Amino acid sequence: MRVPAVALEIALEVDGLVKRYGDRTAVDGISLQARTGTVLALLGPNGAGKTSTIEVCEGFREADGGQVRVLGLPPRAAALRPRVGVMPQTGGTYPGLRAGEVLRLFAAYSRDPLDPGDLLERLGLAGVARTPVRKLSGGQAQRLSLALAVVGRPELLFLDEPTAGLDPQARLATWDLVESLRRDGATVVLTTHLMDEAERLADDVVIVDAGRVVAAGTVTELTRGGATGQLRWRARPGLDLDQLLMALPEDCRAKESPAGQYLVEGTIDPQLLASVTSWCAGHGVLAEDLRLERRTLEDAFLEITGREMRA
Amino acid sequence: MTAWTPGALQPRPGAAPRTAMWAAQSRTEMILLLRNGEQVLLSLVLPVGLLVVLSTLDFVEVTRTGVRRVDYFTPGVIALAVMSTAFTGQAIATGFERQYGVLKRLGATPLPRSVLLLAKTSSVLAVELLQLLLIGAVAYALGWQPAGSVLAVLLLVVLGTAAFSGLGLLLGGTLRGLTCLAVANLAWLLLLVLGGIMFGLDKFGAAEPVLRLLPSAALSDGLRSSLVDGHVVLRDVLTLGVWAAASLVAAARAFRWD
Repeated sequence: MRVPAVALEIALEVDGLVKRYGDRTAVDGISLQARTGTVLALLGPNGAGKTSTIEVCEGFREADGGQVRVLGLPPRAAALRPRVGVMPQTGGTYPGLRAGEVLRLFAAYSRDPLDPGDLLERLGLAGVARTPVRKLSGGQAQRLSLALAVVGRPELLFLDEPTAGLDPQARLATWDLVESLRRDGATVVLTTHLMDEAERLADDVVIVDAGRVVAAGTVTELTRGGATGQLRWRARPGLDLDQLLMALPEDCRAKESPAGQYLVEGTIDPQLLASVTSWCAGHGVLAEDLRLERRTLEDAFLEITGREMRA
Repeated sequence: MTAWTPGALQPRPGAAPRTAMWAAQSRTEMILLLRNGEQVLLSLVLPVGLLVVLSTLDFVEVTRTGVRRVDYFTPGVIALAVMSTAFTGQAIATGFERQYGVLKRLGATPLPRSVLLLAKTSSVLAVELLQLLLIGAVAYALGWQPAGSVLAVLLLVVLGTAAFSGLGLLLGGTLRGLTCLAVANLAWLLLLVLGGIMFGLDKFGAAEPVLRLLPSAALSDGLRSSLVDGHVVLRDVLTLGVWAAASLVAAARAFRWD
């Protein structure tokens, strides 16, 4: 079966998912959607319920409540296996096989796989193709696991902490792969506790904490979060800020503190930046050290949960 | 690092034909069986070594008069080889595959479980063929003169493989890693000594009728009747058949993939 003629707009739909382990409720009514051809990041601290959620979607665990539809089918449907690629958080490869052997084996399960040699090369694994899996470093095993998930050219990918433990270069190679998959039409659902990863890769972000969704939206929506942007610069002391504010949108506030250090708070957009700099130019003021401080996902998480997110 | 060409990663999902998956998986299972040092020791070196030692030195007494040592011991060594590969080898491999999450992850690939089990069976049969050729060649060199029909031997080997595979998968599907390794090796040793492979069961007196019901005893006894006397003992065939059916059903019920 090729890519279905009538593509679904929603690749993954989770509605009110509950997962319990004995007395402990790991997932407490999580709902989310992944739009076809986009990257969805499940962001949250360790133990938030990310992996439990994704393992139900992968068909590894049974839900205790709620509904999950993967490409319109129940997660355990046999028809999904060629269409869904899975990268578990740990393990899952024969320790006695060589890296290249495992990848070629997984490629043999698919009708039209990616070239294993090329994939190893691009993920920086060509040098360890003949190394037994049990002798790979943590980062190498992680990249091999990613290669195993993508080699069959699935249309939906579940990647559980794809860059955990990777050095910066390997992380970039992983990000590049995820971005290229998205560009070519695949849907990617990944979990991460790294803010910069979610900001860089995701179209949509679902922030989970203690088994619940605490916020969801696009990165822009989540980081906008009201008039919290700040614009700072240095100039000669004593600028007429009341006059400056007349040139700016109504919701802006401005102050000078300490002398010569200026701050404008408001919805920071290109128009606001242009207004401030042209006002300065009009008054013969040179604005130095001009910088924007936008809210990050980290700020959003801190604000919503009252806690810092730690690895 | 060069960028991915646009379209290079375009989804093209689809499972490979089952025969292609079976071929790739069987090859892998063979590699895994033959690359593992302990496994080669267990399935090739020990049986052949035992054959040479038992046939040439007389510290173990042949309890039947008029039968040459090599003719007497070769059927038992064949039974040992079958037991090593189908039971011990499969139990240990499966137990570790579960511990490492391999079987769980394979469940998320297009490889159907039926094809996985078929590939495991194929690789066991292929390794057994290798064992039979090697043991046969060494036995011939020692002057082995087998009687009986090839078909009877094949029937016994296939039934024995089914019975031991069922037991091996039952163990590997319920115990993990080192526990499974320990139990499988202990069972191998017990069956080797008490199960009629090395010694004839007539040494064990009152325990003999019970021990005779062990799959190892039925297989070695059946092979001995076939290869020494040239006739098939129906009771041995039935015993193996019952073990095969019971162990495969039990394994199918109790098997855990993760």
